Amino acid sequence: MARPISHLPGFTPIAMAVFAALYLPLVILVFYSFNAGEDLAHWEGFGLHWFAKAWENDQVKDSTIRSLWLAAVAAVISTVVATMAALGTTRRARFKGQTFIYVMINQPLMVPEIVTAVALLIFFAWFKVTLGYQGMGYLVLAHSAFCIPFAYLPIRARLESMDLTLETAAADLYATPFATFRRVTFPLLLPGILAGMMLAFVTSLDDVVITVFVKSAGQDTLPTYMLGQIRRQVSTEVYAISTMLLGLTVVMLVAFMALTRKKD
Amino acid sequence: MSQTIAISAQNVIKAFGHGEHAVRALDDVSLDIRKGEFFTLLGPSGCGKTTLLRLIAGFEMPSGGTILLDGADITNLPPNKRPVNTVFQSYALFPHLTVAQNVAFGLEMLGKSKSEVSARVAEMLALVKLDHLAARKTSQLSGGQQQRVALARALAPQPKVLLLDEPLSALDLKLRKEMQIELKRLQLETGITFVFVTHDQEEALTMSDRIGVMSSGHLQQVGSPKEIYTRPRNRFVASFIGETNFLPATREALGYRLDCGIVVQAPASQAQRVTLTIRPEQLRLVPEAEGDVPVKITNLVYFGTDTHCHMSLPDGTEVVARLQSPSDGESGLQVGQGIGLRFLPGALQVLEE
Amino acid sequence: MSGAPLSGPSQAEAALAAKTVRGGWLLSLPALVLLAVAAVGPLLIMVVYSFLLPGEYGNVEWGFSFDAWTGILFTRDVFDDTLRLEDAHLSILLRSVNLSLLTTIFTFAVGFPTAWFIATRPQRQRALWLFLITIPFWTNLLIRTLAINEIIRAEGLLNNILIGLGLIDQPLQIIYTDTAVFIGMTYVYLPLMVLPLFAAIDRFDMRLLEAGYDLYATRFQVLRRIIVPVVKPGIIAGSILVFVPALGAYVTPRILGGGKQMMIGNFIELQFGQGRNWPLGAALSVTLLVIVTAALLVYVRFANREVRHG
Repeated sequence: MARPISHLPGFTPIAMAVFAALYLPLVILVFYSFNAGEDLAHWEGFGLHWFAKAWENDQVKDSTIRSLWLAAVAAVISTVVATMAALGTTRRARFKGQTFIYVMINQPLMVPEIVTAVALLIFFAWFKVTLGYQGMGYLVLAHSAFCIPFAYLPIRARLESMDLTLETAAADLYATPFATFRRVTFPLLLPGILAGMMLAFVTSLDDVVITVFVKSAGQDTLPTYMLGQIRRQVSTEVYAISTMLLGLTVVMLVAFMALTRKKD
Repeated sequence: MSQTIAISAQNVIKAFGHGEHAVRALDDVSLDIRKGEFFTLLGPSGCGKTTLLRLIAGFEMPSGGTILLDGADITNLPPNKRPVNTVFQSYALFPHLTVAQNVAFGLEMLGKSKSEVSARVAEMLALVKLDHLAARKTSQLSGGQQQRVALARALAPQPKVLLLDEPLSALDLKLRKEMQIELKRLQLETGITFVFVTHDQEEALTMSDRIGVMSSGHLQQVGSPKEIYTRPRNRFVASFIGETNFLPATREALGYRLDCGIVVQAPASQAQRVTLTIRPEQLRLVPEAEGDVPVKITNLVYFGTDTHCHMSLPDGTEVVARLQSPSDGESGLQVGQGIGLRFLPGALQVLEE
Repeated sequence: MSGAPLSGPSQAEAALAAKTVRGGWLLSLPALVLLAVAAVGPLLIMVVYSFLLPGEYGNVEWGFSFDAWTGILFTRDVFDDTLRLEDAHLSILLRSVNLSLLTTIFTFAVGFPTAWFIATRPQRQRALWLFLITIPFWTNLLIRTLAINEIIRAEGLLNNILIGLGLIDQPLQIIYTDTAVFIGMTYVYLPLMVLPLFAAIDRFDMRLLEAGYDLYATRFQVLRRIIVPVVKPGIIAGSILVFVPALGAYVTPRILGGGKQMMIGNFIELQFGQGRNWPLGAALSVTLLVIVTAALLVYVRFANREVRHG
């Protein structure tokens, strides 16, 4: 068979090696999480022992619930404000300050996490002392903020691919601006909104650095709990938690792909 | 008089951009569209016809001037408060709604009762012969069917004026012919004023009661298809609608002297130097001695039903005559041959410059 | 011929335009407020903190000082108050820059063939390969670091294989070295290199290759003279996307470097923990932010120039 014109020698083997290298560690991690034995280093047969143990661990349960709760709240908040911002910054005549809005919204993508984390630590420390409030509000604020660009980008992409004449047609057919949004814009935008919310959810769920610096005592999320465990001793329990998180991520991603796939 | 006018545009201006770069899409356009007529805005792309339509619909605001609907000022009303509906070039059917839901949309927005809405939807779908597809998603329809849904949707709220923005341009030739007849039928059945935008002169001539010819933001001429075709006011209208010949001439006491020296008769005019125009089918070829002008044949092009005969006048002016092809296709004419040209009486028109 | 006098847009038009702008701002406002409170605002306060004095038990004392800034590279001698270059700090900064550059170069070296491979697959397969890159991209950084840790630890797969092959008889001490941090960062940041490279190669017109070969170019010349210049924006984007987070890496060096092989990120954290020097931590963070912003500005200039010439 003749080679296609785009063939470059050695590229395919390197690509295969890269895919193997990307997946082998994850596969082994998942594999070891099903280890029946006590010791991480030795394979002693298949078992769900560590999943059961993780499930019984109150700290794991608490931090899992906290993680999911935080991710859900942050995803909803960031998606709502990102949807509004996307509606405000697309499909209208360019206005002064639009670049400023873009830079602000994408700011969390540009600044290293550790820098934002430290800045929030400083800022919130002052509030914690002054107000005496130590609750989850700080984490909610921080997560909602850094999830905004992740929610914004797919929503904006969807909006830009939407035919503006549909809304013109709705207005022509006596729909008020609000009715146009509710009956036409929103239903058509919904897949983009859900996709954005999903990315925001995964982003919040994955965060380690900012959470470590912002959380108060007893506010461990699943990732910070895992980090704390790893600092002491890597255990199979952490592998089991990782496997569950990994599974959740893959499920969310498949759903995201299904939502954003072009119909044709 | 004012009772019979549906849309009145008065000194309408629309500028895009600011300051130095401002472009006038419409430059002082005044126009009356009568109730119940099929009015066509005809012109090349960029002439301002779609802009005028969008101003009537309320999708854009004019930079100056007034638009009246049934005598009431609607210049600054938003589109949802104007009893005017549009059939869009892209149809703009709501992809998340069924055919019936699309047609019901305007009625629901007007707050009609459920029974009224469903009765009216059924009536409209019957009118456009789509009753059997009511539950379909619009993406499952053919282009022609989508076109019918768009029409039914725009007609359902019984607008005072229906605006159609090049609605047939996406259809193939055969379907376009069908829809032209269909549109005319709908207009007669509903009695609604249609304002139709197109760049296709044939479409305009066959469907319209009256045509407004536009070019570069100006209304060039308004009149019935026959008026526009037989008595074009200026060079643009004459050349944009159908094919024509231009003959430069000078006014004299007894008529107009063509540049080749021959004097011909045409309607009176104020100007000294004028351009006369005559359609190719209004020219006759006769033996050289019997013609108004002696000409030389420069080219013959066979078009099936007719043959185009290109000729040059003694001063070099080129003219084209359209001759019906004989049954054997042989016109008996030859390139290089000298022949006489006769202008049919009353066919020569004088153009304003 | 010219129409009625007209000086600018009508009142209604102007009102509509003003409403559009106002609507844009109003709709963006909640996002802007949230970002100002929980992202941008705190960065500004951090700048202020970098000019304050460290508090005895963490936090700061109100008093203006440049100490944090000089403290990035120098120490003040306890006895004669002179400034000496602080080798430990310098080595952390240099290590961070070195490891980040190495990571960027290596991810490019293997990421480019990978992106090329994906972009040249048939349309249907392409989505699948791309998805395979996307999964690690979205997988928790901690999990990925843990996975690579599993491979390179003393009793891990790598050592087992090497011993099994008889190449070594003692497990290699990779973990807790710079090598471990480098391997880990390459592993976790690789998708960030592949994705923008893929986007650029995907737009590459393969007919250019035919033209190149037609004009007697060898494979290497085609690669160097046609492919690389055309996909350069993607190369720059990928490099920035890897270099920026690598320079600010915290989790990966924390786990694989074992707290000894610190990078700037860990050094910053230290100032807010045992170091109890918030101003120094703030100053280091501002420094990191400046470097990253500079890299982004370079990218924006490059990208704009490519657009103008392209």
